[in-house]
Amino acid sequence: MIAAKQISALLQEPACEHNEKSKSGCARPKPGASAGGCAFDGAQIALLPIVDVAHIVHGPIACAGNSWDNRGTRSSGPTLYRLGMTTDLSEQDVIMGRSEKRLFYAIKQAIEEQAPAAVFVYNTCVPALIGDDLEALCKSAEQHFGVPVVPVDAAGFYGSKNLGNRIAGEAMVKYVIGTREPDPIPEHAQRPGIVVHDLGLIGEYNIAGEFWQVLPLFDELGLRVLGSLSSDARFREVQTMHRSALNMVVCSKAMINVARKLQSRYGTPWFEGSFYGVADTSQALRDIAQRLDDADLVARTEALIAREEAQIHAALAPWRERLQGKRVLLYTGGVKSWSVISALQDLGMDVVATGTRKSTEEDKARIRELMGENTKMIEDGNPKALLGIVEEYRADILIAGGRNMYTALKARVPFLDFNQEREFGYAGYAGMLTLARQLALTLESPIWPQLRAKAPW
Amino acid sequence: MAQLSKRHKALSVSPLKTSPTAGAALAFLGVHRSIPMLHGAQGCTAFAKVFFVRHFREPIPLQTTAMEQISAVMGADENVLEGLATLCEKSRPAVIGLLTTALSETEGTDIQRLVREFRAAYPQYAQTRVIAVNTPDYVGDFESGYALAVRAMIETLLEPRSPAAPARPRQADQVNVLVGASLTPGDVEELKALIEAFGLYPVVLPDLSTSLDGHLESSGHTPLTTGGTPVDAFAQLDQSIATLVIGASMDQAADQLKALSGVPDYRFPSLMGLSAVDTFLQCLAEISQRPVPPSLRRQRMQLEDAMLDAHFMLGMARIAIAADADLLHAFTRLLVDMGAEVVAAVAPARAPILEQTACAQIKIGDLQDLEQLARTHQAELLIGNSHAAASAQRLGIGLLRAGFPQYDILGGHQRTWIGYRGTRQTLFDLANLILAHDHHAIAPYRSIYAPTEDRCQVD
Repeated sequence: MIAAKQISALLQEPACEHNEKSKSGCARPKPGASAGGCAFDGAQIALLPIVDVAHIVHGPIACAGNSWDNRGTRSSGPTLYRLGMTTDLSEQDVIMGRSEKRLFYAIKQAIEEQAPAAVFVYNTCVPALIGDDLEALCKSAEQHFGVPVVPVDAAGFYGSKNLGNRIAGEAMVKYVIGTREPDPIPEHAQRPGIVVHDLGLIGEYNIAGEFWQVLPLFDELGLRVLGSLSSDARFREVQTMHRSALNMVVCSKAMINVARKLQSRYGTPWFEGSFYGVADTSQALRDIAQRLDDADLVARTEALIAREEAQIHAALAPWRERLQGKRVLLYTGGVKSWSVISALQDLGMDVVATGTRKSTEEDKARIRELMGENTKMIEDGNPKALLGIVEEYRADILIAGGRNMYTALKARVPFLDFNQEREFGYAGYAGMLTLARQLALTLESPIWPQLRAKAPW
Repeated sequence: MAQLSKRHKALSVSPLKTSPTAGAALAFLGVHRSIPMLHGAQGCTAFAKVFFVRHFREPIPLQTTAMEQISAVMGADENVLEGLATLCEKSRPAVIGLLTTALSETEGTDIQRLVREFRAAYPQYAQTRVIAVNTPDYVGDFESGYALAVRAMIETLLEPRSPAAPARPRQADQVNVLVGASLTPGDVEELKALIEAFGLYPVVLPDLSTSLDGHLESSGHTPLTTGGTPVDAFAQLDQSIATLVIGASMDQAADQLKALSGVPDYRFPSLMGLSAVDTFLQCLAEISQRPVPPSLRRQRMQLEDAMLDAHFMLGMARIAIAADADLLHAFTRLLVDMGAEVVAAVAPARAPILEQTACAQIKIGDLQDLEQLARTHQAELLIGNSHAAASAQRLGIGLLRAGFPQYDILGGHQRTWIGYRGTRQTLFDLANLILAHDHHAIAPYRSIYAPTEDRCQVD
């Protein structure tokens, strides 16, 4: 089990604005009135998109058995990450102290059967409580089998999903990043006059493959994604992230600790950005170009932005007409609260209220900038309260995470899922078209009048 | 009949097993105005919730005692008391199912004592029944956890009467029905229709057909179950003339119900297939003293005809099944009755019924085991949950989705497998899957003396 000291260090992330208030970190969850995952959940979400790794969950069946292969993240190659693997500890293992031995042989089996690039071992509550020494065991397995074996010590009870994200990032900084030098740029990918810059992405998960709508633009501009935590990532790419010239923290504060550590250790500058919405996508590309200090890149980026914006504005015009003035209640966490507002405003929609439960003061300031001073900010989004706001503000649609889907649907309110499990990719310029289509699909559906009408008898 | 082979691998790959805690939670979702609360870390609940939401496409009432670092080490009794009080205060549930997890069991929680402490400290919440169940994740599986929860409901809600008290009068038309975890809400709906067809009134425990059948209520949101067995029904269990028990996994719960209520019971390991349904209806006819109604006679004739049509595809068909014990047993029986052979069978945990299942070998294991066995024994069709889709694809054979979870199709939760009607549709689906993946076609052969241009085209 990791020391309480380490956990509190992770909670007091200096780069996170939550900590500028006296009450630092996140509040203790309330028994009987809590929603959301645990630290293990967060760690697994953060690292599962490293697709050529064997992800072993060390614990009883509930942790992996109820959750494997339930994420929307996608791979362009290996599918090893989609195989659920667990030591599935039995009562005997727990009582007789046989869980470490089982884990060692489990690692052996995974390496022999799957030939993974590396093995990640996720700790869970029971082995943490009975004192399995994950770090020592992974070290010895690595020496024994000659394959990297990385302990991710984020047992569920350590804290929230967010903490789990950070622990996962920490494990990558400690055990993976900096263990290999990048490959040279392939001959065939070199283009005369274009200097290739290496980037790192942090907090991009390639949900429904959405980053593939941005990556071609990177290629065009000569931006190589050296490594990503973690979007369609390979282990050998993550190993080289220390050499990136610039890191972008995408749309989430969750792994901000990684950006900060890479800066202090390797001097890599970083910035925060988002690929949701036309304006934010353009801004992100602009930020990258300007920070890389390459006048030619800046010029080419501006040209690309002008071309892409003209194209998407034309393509969105008919959708904008249909969505114009529709009233949205937005309830998503953190950075998404502002980045999605701007995307919706791009479509001519009117965001009447937004959730700010996980937002920082800085996020809130940006929300006010976008929506005006009198914006309704929702701190506690329990289902009843959300429906009350839908009614009060005459919202036409609720946009939220999958958890709130049935809150809306059961009250006959149109809904759009904007979370990890969704099946549609909204990132980049092209993502805006998908977003517009999905919004119109539910808003204009002929089912609503039928469901709101009474049976004739 | 079947020989069981136990787990030999250190690593479970593509797990088939779902935790007993989740199974127990499902049982409580079949009780009206109820909410299960898992005594563990937040993730225990979050994972189980997502698991059910994806399967049922419904909101799922489920809470957590939210154990964190301090309570995991220093004791989490306070979390339980606070969690119960919060639930009672916020939504006044009729029943709270308080379920332990691997975390709280390893810590050594005494959950029954905590319920007593809660009762003493919060007399104002006496209206809410709290039913505690020990369901560590490392013992048993989904099916066994569900059965433990039903047993605990019976023990808590059916108060034992003193031997001196006169027996309560029986209701001549009322029967208890104990339903195992292998039945879907659609199955329970069909089961009730079968019983009602004999003029009997079924008291179903638990009744998922009115809570998780996927229906739109006229009123808005509620944090509790909106249907299921009413709590009052438990007090009337001893007034029934018979108890019908569906699924061998319910045996211990049934023993307990029989001991506490004195009502005679009739047990049915399966309601799939002609002979299994015949036996069940025969029993209903005897209990109700009524003949089998014409509509069911008609359904039987329809099933007979479907058996004729389907036996060409299912005879000698080589089937692989991965499922919890009751479902595995029921499918195997149906298939064997059709002349098919179960060549690969995998169950997530041991259960007594497995030894009486009509196939040579049953492996206690995961979907990796199923895939290997299916390949070795050249299975032509797979039966399993949505996770088995990847295996079926690699094997190039069809998959009939059954069991938990089914997240890649709509309506899996409402599928009806049982009765004459359900069996008929199952036979059609099995036969269609075999037809769609026909491997019996003879490879074309063209004589060496045939004109060459033409032969090239054939190649």
